[in-house]
Order: sequence, then C-alpha cells, then structure tokens
Amino acid sequence: MYSQGLIGGQADPGPDDPVLLALFQARIDAEEKIEAGDWMPAAYRKTLIRQISQHAHSEIIGMQPEGNWLARAPTLRRKAALLAKVQDEGGHGLYLYAAAETLGIAREEMQEQLLTGAAKYSSIFNYPTLSWADIGAIGWLVDGAAIMNQIPLCRCSYGPYARAMIRVCKEESFHQRQGYEVMTRLAEGAPVQRAMAQDALNRWWTPAVMMFGPPDGASTHSDQSMIWKIKRFTNDDLRQRFVDATVPQAAYLSLTVPDPDCRWNEARGHYDIGPLDWDEFWRVVKGGGPMNRERLNARRAAHAEGAWVREAAAAYAAKHAKPQVVAAE
Amino acid sequence: MMPEPRLPLWEVFIRPRNGLAHRHVGSLHAADAAMALLAARDVYTRRGEGRSIWVVPTSAIQASDPDDKDAFFDPADDKVYRQPTHYRVPDDVGDM
Repeated sequence: MYSQGLIGGQADPGPDDPVLLALFQARIDAEEKIEAGDWMPAAYRKTLIRQISQHAHSEIIGMQPEGNWLARAPTLRRKAALLAKVQDEGGHGLYLYAAAETLGIAREEMQEQLLTGAAKYSSIFNYPTLSWADIGAIGWLVDGAAIMNQIPLCRCSYGPYARAMIRVCKEESFHQRQGYEVMTRLAEGAPVQRAMAQDALNRWWTPAVMMFGPPDGASTHSDQSMIWKIKRFTNDDLRQRFVDATVPQAAYLSLTVPDPDCRWNEARGHYDIGPLDWDEFWRVVKGGGPMNRERLNARRAAHAEGAWVREAAAAYAAKHAKPQVVAAE
Repeated sequence: MMPEPRLPLWEVFIRPRNGLAHRHVGSLHAADAAMALLAARDVYTRRGEGRSIWVVPTSAIQASDPDDKDAFFDPADDKVYRQPTHYRVPDDVGDM
C-alpha cells in the first residue's frame, strides 16, 4: 500500500574508494540496474535497507486499520474485496522484506527493529478507522498516494526493489478503485451516508497529502537519493501530482476537500494547497499519533502468538530432515 | 524458552503456464519444502500467476561471482563469428 520515501536518516556518499564510487555513479547514470552482489557504496546500501524495510513495515502495519473493518464490512462483496486487499498488503510486505534481505540484513533483525519501535513506518497508519467510510477513503486516498509514490520506484536503480515494486503496483490498482467505489456508493446514498463520506475525507485528506514526506527543502536525504536514482521525483512533485489527480475526483463525488486554500491556479496549471503542519507529521512518525501504541502492541502480540507455530514447524522440519552426510562404511 | 528459530530462505520459481520456463520471482522463509511451497502459492500466485512452482533452498544455489564477471564472461566477447550477421550472403540469394 504505501511508501513514504525514506523517513529521516542521513545519506552522504561516505568514505568509499573514489574510483569505485565514480564507476558506480557511471553505471547509475547509464540507467544500469544495480544487483544484489554488485559493489555499492556503504551509504547506498544503508539508505536502501532503511527505505525498503520502512516500506515493508508500513505494509505490515497497514493491514491493521483495514483489518479493523473485516468482520463488519457491510456486504459479502465488500468483505471479500477488503480481505483480498489486506492479504495483498501482507504479500507486499513479504516481497519487500525479501528485497531488503538481498542487501545483507536478516529478516529477524528487521522484525526486531519494528517490534522494539526502533524502525519507522508510514505515519498514516497511526490514525484510527472510525467508520466504514474510512475504508473507502483509505483505498482512494492512501492507496492513491502510495501508487503515485511507487510507480517511479519501479524504475529505482536497485533491481530487487524495482522488481518488487512492479509486482506491488500491478496489484495495487484494484485497491484504489475499490476504495473509490465505496466512496461513490456512500456519496450517492442517504444524507447520513454522504456525511460519513465527507467526514472520512475530512480526516484522511491531510495525512494522505503528508504521506509524500516533508517539503523538499527540509528533506535531507532527498538529493543523494535522486543522484543515486533511488528516487526519481521530489516529495513536492509527487504531492502536486496527487493533489491534481485527486481534487477533481472529490469534486465528482460532490465532496469538499477540507482545505480552504485548495483551489485551481490558472497561472501554474496546478491546484494550490494550504500549509501543512509538519510538526504534527513528525510527532506522529515518532510515536505520538493516536494509534501508535495500539499498532505496535497488536504487532507484538501477533508475533508472540505465532511463536509456537514457528517453533513447531522448525522442530518438525528438523525431525524429518534427511541426514546430510551418509556414512561411507 | 528456546531461542526463536531462524527459518531457512528459499528461492521461488514459477511457471506462468505450460510452454513457458519456470522463472525466478522472489524468495521467502519457511521451515521445510512443503511449507515453502504453500507459502510460495500464497505470496506469489494470489491472482493465478502460476501453474507450477519450484522452491529451492537458497543455500543450494551456486552463483557466479559478480566481482569476476568480466573475466568470467569475456571468452564470448570476441567471437563474433558465432553470430549469423558475421557471414555475408549475396543479396541475390534473398533471405537466409
């Protein structure tokens, strides 16, 4: 569902051999993909491990806000779609963990970083899903923003990440469309249903617009990530594309984007938006959002409750493993 | 309490349909081959992308050394006579 680019973290080229660095940059500039065994600057490796693991954690934590409505979906059709979507998010997390592992970090280490709270994940999942309309708003806005962010990642210079993103993007289009369908049905419904849809848009709009990360001036890692072609567009460019695509979709539903400064700017050929509260963004990323504690506690509980399954599977595999060495006598 | 077991890594190969070769699609962790196959089905074929799956322990794969790739592959680089375009056929003969 979701990538926010890299949250925090510094990327400088590091103390690598300048000759190797120059050769590496030449490969990047020639649009050659970097593969797992290739030489790469230590900071390139570190930046990718952080970004891909944060992305994977976001997919895994992102199962929770929607999982909250699985048992209360209004129809069987909606329930089947939501279940498929939540399963996709789990799958996307697994593709991404596997891509990060090609860089030399163990799965268990990443899990540990998530469970201890050392790792970051997308701020958007620290908001609660209060009504069924939130499921529509998440598909439409959150997955819509994620797709905007992830399509350029399909061309990321690191091959395993780019390939994982191609799979994710193929699967994600349904996520956004089913969300918009939920919103459409509510917007066409009774006044109380329209009010639900508007309320969901009111609460999800700003967090969705902030998913692209801080403005380019404040994003320390952005320049180096662009030079390395991990990233292809700036946070603000992607945010603008999202706003330009989404505001007319809201208008079609006769819903109001909750930003009094949001209006078409004829001179720029884009929609303007009002200022965003980046203090709020950082507060939520760092654990101060309404749902941070609950999300992490649920993840820890799920991991702990699965321990016996992992132990039993490992014990069974060990018992049935063929002897590795056959005696010669 | 026993330490958390580290589940082995498996590489997953999928044949999208008969007539095509199995192709590497990614990797996953599983305790044994049977669980790896089930997990591969759930992770990599949720939309009917496969008719056959192979899972191979990652540790069983011997890979060529990326640092050696120039020396390893260069024997083929100067053998243009292995390409059909290396040979001249008179225009009058037509396509061959």
